[in-house]
Amino acid sequence: MAIEDDVLVVGGGLAGTTAALAAAERDVQVRLVSYRQSTLRNASGLIDILGYTPAGDGPLVDPFEALDDLPAGHPYERVGSEAVREALAFFDGIVGDAYAGAHTDANALVPTHGGTVKPTARYPTSTAAGLASDDRDALLVGFETLPDFEAPLAASHLEAAGAPFTARGVTVRFPGIGRDDAKVTRYAHLLDHDEPVETPAGETTAREALAETVRTHLEGESRVGFPAVLGDDRADAVRADLGDRLGVDVFEVPMGPPSLPGIRLEDLLYEALEAAGVRVTTGVPVVDYETDGEGADATDPERIDRVVVDRNGAEVPHRATQYVLATGGLVGKGVQSERDGVFEPLFDCHVPQPADRYDWFVDDVFGDQPYARFGLPVDRDLRPLDAADDPEFSNLRAAGAVLGGYDFAAEKSGSGVSLATGYVAGRRAAEGCR
Amino acid sequence: MPRDTGVLVLGGGSTGCGIARDLAMRGLEVTLVERGNLTDGTTGRMHGLLHSGGRYAVSDQASATECIEENEILREIAGHCVEETGGLFVQRPEDSDEYFQEKLEGCRECGIPARVLSGTEAREVEPYLAEDVARAIEVPDGAVDPFRLCVANAIDAENHGARVETHAEVVDLLRDGDDIYGVEVRHESGPGKRTHAAPGTTEEITADYVVNATGAWAGQIGAMADLEIEVRPSKGVMTIMNVRQVDTVINRCRPKGDADIIVPHETTAILGTTDEEVPDPDDYPEEQWEVDQMIDTLSELVPILEEARTIRSFWGVRPLYEPPGTGTQDPTDITRDFFLLDHADRDGVAGMSSIVGGKFTTYRAMAEEIADHVCDKLGVTASCSTADEPLPGSENIETLEAGMDDFGLRSPVARRSMQRLGSRASEVLETDEPNPVICQCEGVTRAEIRDAISQSGSDLNAVRIRTRASMGNCQGGFCCQNMANELHPTYDEETVREALDELFQERWKGERHALWGEQLSQAMLNYALHATTMNRDRDPASATGDVDFAAFDGGRAASDRVDGTRGAD
Ligand SMILES: Cc1cc2nc3c(=O)[nH]c(=O)nc-3n(C[C@H](O)[C@H](O)[C@H](O)COP(=O)(O)OP(=O)(O)OC[C@H]3O[C@@H](n4cnc5c(N)ncnc54)[C@H](O)[C@@H]3O)c2cc1C
Ligand SMILES: Cc1cc2nc3c(=O)[nH]c(=O)nc-3n(C[C@H](O)[C@H](O)[C@H](O)COP(=O)(O)OP(=O)(O)OC[C@H]3O[C@@H](n4cnc5c(N)ncnc54)[C@H](O)[C@@H]3O)c2cc1C
Repeated sequence: MAIEDDVLVVGGGLAGTTAALAAAERDVQVRLVSYRQSTLRNASGLIDILGYTPAGDGPLVDPFEALDDLPAGHPYERVGSEAVREALAFFDGIVGDAYAGAHTDANALVPTHGGTVKPTARYPTSTAAGLASDDRDALLVGFETLPDFEAPLAASHLEAAGAPFTARGVTVRFPGIGRDDAKVTRYAHLLDHDEPVETPAGETTAREALAETVRTHLEGESRVGFPAVLGDDRADAVRADLGDRLGVDVFEVPMGPPSLPGIRLEDLLYEALEAAGVRVTTGVPVVDYETDGEGADATDPERIDRVVVDRNGAEVPHRATQYVLATGGLVGKGVQSERDGVFEPLFDCHVPQPADRYDWFVDDVFGDQPYARFGLPVDRDLRPLDAADDPEFSNLRAAGAVLGGYDFAAEKSGSGVSLATGYVAGRRAAEGCR
Repeated sequence: MPRDTGVLVLGGGSTGCGIARDLAMRGLEVTLVERGNLTDGTTGRMHGLLHSGGRYAVSDQASATECIEENEILREIAGHCVEETGGLFVQRPEDSDEYFQEKLEGCRECGIPARVLSGTEAREVEPYLAEDVARAIEVPDGAVDPFRLCVANAIDAENHGARVETHAEVVDLLRDGDDIYGVEVRHESGPGKRTHAAPGTTEEITADYVVNATGAWAGQIGAMADLEIEVRPSKGVMTIMNVRQVDTVINRCRPKGDADIIVPHETTAILGTTDEEVPDPDDYPEEQWEVDQMIDTLSELVPILEEARTIRSFWGVRPLYEPPGTGTQDPTDITRDFFLLDHADRDGVAGMSSIVGGKFTTYRAMAEEIADHVCDKLGVTASCSTADEPLPGSENIETLEAGMDDFGLRSPVARRSMQRLGSRASEVLETDEPNPVICQCEGVTRAEIRDAISQSGSDLNAVRIRTRASMGNCQGGFCCQNMANELHPTYDEETVREALDELFQERWKGERHALWGEQLSQAMLNYALHATTMNRDRDPASATGDVDFAAFDGGRAASDRVDGTRGAD
């Protein structure tokens, strides 16, 4: 017996969860199947809409102004700028106070752990006091045992980038971290639970000890930034507590993987899925599909009848009326490659690509990289298109990084595209069930 | 006229560094200049095979004999650079029995320990060998780290008083009539350790004698003094796998051919190579078919290579030489022996000799012969001691292994650090400061990175070749930034930024040749980390034009802020 739902979303990253939530709002039964951890754990937790035009102009103050000028085939062009706004409003509703930035259309400039600044549209509240487009002086604090963030270097870098305030950096020992290779979750746990720690002055608690360590370095700055390790489950309380003790605003600088702000966002989205009644199956891949043979004549695209989920070797059919493909790009493995070609592994949807592997890249590492645009072309309904520009299937839509035609890394548009296309794909899928 | 130095050695590859060490140990005053980093030429772009001599046992027995002698010496004096992997010459059904027999007899004639294994026995040693491998000859091939060995020679030369200048390109030979008496060099960032962003300078260095050890570039140096040196640069490709499919060097037992050796190297296995003459050692095509050929051909020996992940490919250029008039067509037929060209005898121009050809494995013997020649020219009587004195890092390896200490590191990290550092381990790793891992793939800690920085200035590629940091699976995606962080505060922000950009771009250069499957996914992840998370591709600090910060979202209203000011919105 097949498992039956109205909408089946394959992939549980930002695009897939958004699609599932958007569909579930329309009173249809939604299931989400996801295999491995999503890209959210690698990503900074920032929600970029558009920081630079595809030609590289920017940083853009207003991302929305630029949306209408994007080239045909760009995912934003496919869904239209109004859908981008709606999707963002939908996201704001889901995350509530956990994110900021909704009070303006303007991008914020957020300091990165490399000391550069980058334009983004929504940022975790934990980052809010740290904006580089805020003109208050800042103290950046790094930890001797966390080599990813060299605070004094980041501070000089901010200055070189022209940030409108004085930034200083100090490196301190994190009280209570004994091991040189402790994971970021260990730092977060210490602060979440305010664990007892030994200091030269005797036993105290983790937050108090950290505040004491930092206090001596303050020179009148009204905000203090730390690498993003300030708690996991109780991040707000940790920040507030440190802020109270130091009499400053405390913020986090987003970091590379594993990224706590990304993990926090993931947790939030999965809570929302549960609240919305979405059936979630994780840890298992969708491995195959079957069509029902209908519409297989020259003009009509085929319909997917069911997909097959591999549950530890057992092949379990899952049937739905509409399907959303949100399996990610090269990072999420929704787009894969071999020496002689790039392909979409599940439905074998068409992936445009230069025939010669040596045309997949350019020699400048930050040049206009063709591989960064690999992914599926879609119609305005987000249905993947075959080489002849016809829909591959009548009831399959694609969303997020699996889409082609944009370089999210250069444009700074990753999460925005996942939200906008996830939202539209989810809505249309639900509508298609009627 | 007094000269700046006794002997001036041009080129910081294995040959140049070996000569500098040898002469310095004999008490001569030595200066070495290298246009890039040490090993930037062929030495850093070779296959990493410490030849047993087996490869040459049929075609060139003199070379084979020299290889086995030097192989044994290097295991002693450079133990921390050598892994005693052993090697196999494997025979496939289509490879001739006759050649197999000649190879076996050749090895025995040259004093190379050799033993025949059946196909089954060979697969017991190397389980991934193809099912139809018929038999194999076991020889004492090894794996050698050319970076570590070359740098150790340079350090030892310095320990014996030599001056070693990297990023110092020879731009002219100083010639007075029929006498060469020095060179003019261009220092990329002034003399001494390299600092990015520091201005360049030029310097004339005069010497009693000049040794041109610039390998494939020797002809270019010669041309500066109107001397013709007929180097025939020949390129070869090598493809690096992300794991060691084999723990033994695997050679194909057939007369000669491309893509016939696999060398296990640290955490990787390296496939190679080809032999194709190129006009310019600095500018030659690096092509897809060459990479494909490595995988396709060597899969015949080790079938899982077909599906395996490669992390990068690189090319090197052999400094082949043959005396004028020999006229060999196929570069694989040109001798691997080396030639010492004394320009006084050859061209009537005194004061300089050039060395071309040769092999890495025999660098020490070459250096000895050249140093003898130089001493002869200068009327110095001093004998060579490089075969007896261990290199820095290889002193008292036994005591080191006996008294294993983990320096507070996780044991896999400690083990790998000590393999790299050898007898220098405690000097480098003993610290009261926190010592976190900077490069996870290769297990390189902060202390080791800082030690390398203290040797090589702000040059992160020089740090890389000393430590292997950024040479693993992620190809620097995760650790380049952290390596750069360690340069601060010794070097300022702008210097650090340039150093990081240079390393990241260098890593990409080789990774381009491995862009499919897992490594293409890795490349996208790396790109996202650097461009998306850090915005390093559009860094306002490096861009022209100012950013109008006030026009951007400055955060929320006054009530939320500690100091009561408003943001820019
Ligand atoms: C390092 C990094 C940093 C980033 N930083 C930012 C940033 O600062 N700001 C920003 O806006 N964006 C950022 N992004 C981009 C953004 O995170 C991604 O574009 C976006 O998250 C992609 O989401 P997705 O849902 O399409 O794909 P993914 O998050 O990749 O999710 C795909 C999911 O599908 C699953 N899956 C794949 N195949 C199958 C299958 N057959 N069956 C079941 N499940 C399957 C995968 O396991 C995975 O869980 C970053 C990306 C990276 C890689
Ligand atoms: C593909 C390939 C694989 C190989 N595999 C092996 C192997 O497995 N085992 C083995 O034993 N041998 C091997 N070899 C051979 C070995 O690598 C070389 O013989 C050896 O490294 C040559 O060293 P070198 O010092 O003579 O030359 P190089 O290392 O090239 O040194 C010359 C130096 O001169 C510098 N230079 C050039 N111009 C100037 C200038 N104007 N001013 C200052 N400096 C300058 C260059 O930057 C360079 O660093 C291989 C060679 C190749 C090409």
